[in-house]
Amino acid sequence: MLLDFFEALRRAKLPATLSEFLTLLDAMAHDIGTGTIENFYSTARLVLIKDEALYDRFDQVFAAYWDGREAQFDKLFDDIPQEWLNAQNRPELTAEQKAAVEAMGGWDELMKTLAERLEEQNEAHHGGSKWVGTGGTSPFGHSGFNPLGVRIGGKSKHGRATKVWHERRYQDLDSDLELGTRNFKMALRKLRKMAKSERLDKLDLDRTIRHTAHNGGLLDIHMTGERRNAIKVLLLLDVGGSMDWHASMTSQLFSAASSEFGRLEHFYFHNFIYEGVWKHNHRRHTDRIGIDELHRTYGRDHRLILVGDASMSPYEIVAPGGSVEHWNEEPGAIWAQRLLQAFPHCVWLNPEPTQHWHHTQSIGMVKKLMGGRMHPLTVDGIQQAMAELKKPLIAAEAR
Amino acid sequence: MSVEYIRTEALEQAINAARTLSRPLLIKGEPGTGKTELALDVAKQAGMPLYQWHIKSTTRAQQGLYEYDAVSRLRDSQLGDERVKDISNYIVKGVLWEAFESPETAVVLIDEIDKADIEFPNDLLQEIDRMSFDVYETKQTVSATHRPLVIITSNNEKELPDAFLRRCFFHYIEFPDRSTMERIVHAHHPNIKKDLLNKALTVFFDLRELPGLKKKPSTSELLDWLKLLVADDLPADALGADELRTVLPKLHGALLKNEQDVHLFERLVFLHRQRSRS
Repeated sequence: MLLDFFEALRRAKLPATLSEFLTLLDAMAHDIGTGTIENFYSTARLVLIKDEALYDRFDQVFAAYWDGREAQFDKLFDDIPQEWLNAQNRPELTAEQKAAVEAMGGWDELMKTLAERLEEQNEAHHGGSKWVGTGGTSPFGHSGFNPLGVRIGGKSKHGRATKVWHERRYQDLDSDLELGTRNFKMALRKLRKMAKSERLDKLDLDRTIRHTAHNGGLLDIHMTGERRNAIKVLLLLDVGGSMDWHASMTSQLFSAASSEFGRLEHFYFHNFIYEGVWKHNHRRHTDRIGIDELHRTYGRDHRLILVGDASMSPYEIVAPGGSVEHWNEEPGAIWAQRLLQAFPHCVWLNPEPTQHWHHTQSIGMVKKLMGGRMHPLTVDGIQQAMAELKKPLIAAEAR
Repeated sequence: MSVEYIRTEALEQAINAARTLSRPLLIKGEPGTGKTELALDVAKQAGMPLYQWHIKSTTRAQQGLYEYDAVSRLRDSQLGDERVKDISNYIVKGVLWEAFESPETAVVLIDEIDKADIEFPNDLLQEIDRMSFDVYETKQTVSATHRPLVIITSNNEKELPDAFLRRCFFHYIEFPDRSTMERIVHAHHPNIKKDLLNKALTVFFDLRELPGLKKKPSTSELLDWLKLLVADDLPADALGADELRTVLPKLHGALLKNEQDVHLFERLVFLHRQRSRS
């Protein structure tokens, strides 16, 4: 029964592993998460789910599985004869048993065996109060999929209006975007730059030798910082207009990016760069941050990544007042140049397929403005872009 | 802090499970929901010694175990210090070593693990699993006499590796609902006037509902704000919308920490007043 529940979780693509499932059974053998279904719910979540973004999905699976079976859950414990609850009879998963599980081979093999075992359990159950087996030789341990040795503490409260898992409190935390972004993540890893940290914890051998020699042989030790990942990224995303087509792709990239950097800030713009960018789309008109403020707030060591299709009327780039949203005193091209000066490390990622680039005049113009640093929004393109951003600052400035 | 820490039932279970099965407990939650206080409280309630390890961006896993101070030894060797002959004089114990040596079961707090480099949790897998590690310099193995209860907090700044997560229990501290919040406030300010508390909580939860707030006020900020209100001995109706001019400066400092948020709030209050007049 619990195994079915575990399978339901796996089917819902919740990343619970066999070892975590065994831990849950282990916990139940220790009287944790038993008694009431509420207890079981919170313990199962504690052991199996490691991300609050997955809580909502867990709630749904839990509800789908246990609704209508709650009586069964209570029975699970009611039917157990008292003597089975004695501590001596309580088989626990020993280290050897766990090792035996490991030794049984791959996941498929295990699932097959477990399924067979479960079949037996079901049959036995029909025969009477046999949810709890008595044999002790199974590699899983009998506490594996039936709550043997579980003390029945406190009756479950029938007829409660709503259960926690029905409230779906964690709905807002769910973000499925992570799935399928692995490719992007691999590419973004390229960006991990090795920068020197402020911690001086490596011996600088050359300098130590030189200074010791100067010192007449008396040791003069010099230390240097260790290299570690400390890259800062500023992400500017195009939203609205022609970019709506690429909105989902862009947000995928964004969700993949957030965990890779020492610091990551994102802002939005529409079609092209003008006076300001904004942080929240619904407040785009009230809450703008000027390019100069961007420049002041984030140092020039930030890597600037622009994501946009660069498909627009050429006027939007070169003409004053060319913006489709407001009257801009100075053409976008000037603002873009200021941005590039402020952030010498800069690339443009374009979700439009490369073969279409030469059909759109504005793409060529933006590419020229960017000094050729425009790459397609594909894994390869991102790799190229990251290689570009990894070049040391001096080389980028000399361009 | 000498006040009682209010735990929800699920949290209580989580701690219990982590203790019984000696698994590390990973705690996440909005800033200001008392993740760090939890560990302090668990240690205090159970009378267990507490070892705290606050993680910074430069912290490395090895520092929690021990450090070998080769530089001092090199220096001492030139001066002919006697201590030089024994390498163990230059091994500096880390937090985990201290906790492993504790004569009774200890609580280890690894605070804000997400501050460290992304490889940091992976470097600690073995040590937390087996509760033992080797000291290569002296060829000794340090293992825990009593497996400590490890409580790890994270602010979600970085993703933690799967292998690490598999070994932990995970609990997400939700933002407290109103009744839990009342209990929390009572624990901190037992003498607060009931009507003042009611009004204050309404203002607080309304404030959290404001769309577009840059930083939502948290429990710790509510407590700070209440401290101000109690100190001034304000009557409850001072929190009404009409007396906003007296309350706003206090809100600014304690609950709203951002210029833009204060503006947003003022604007909303203004609109609200206009609507109620017409």
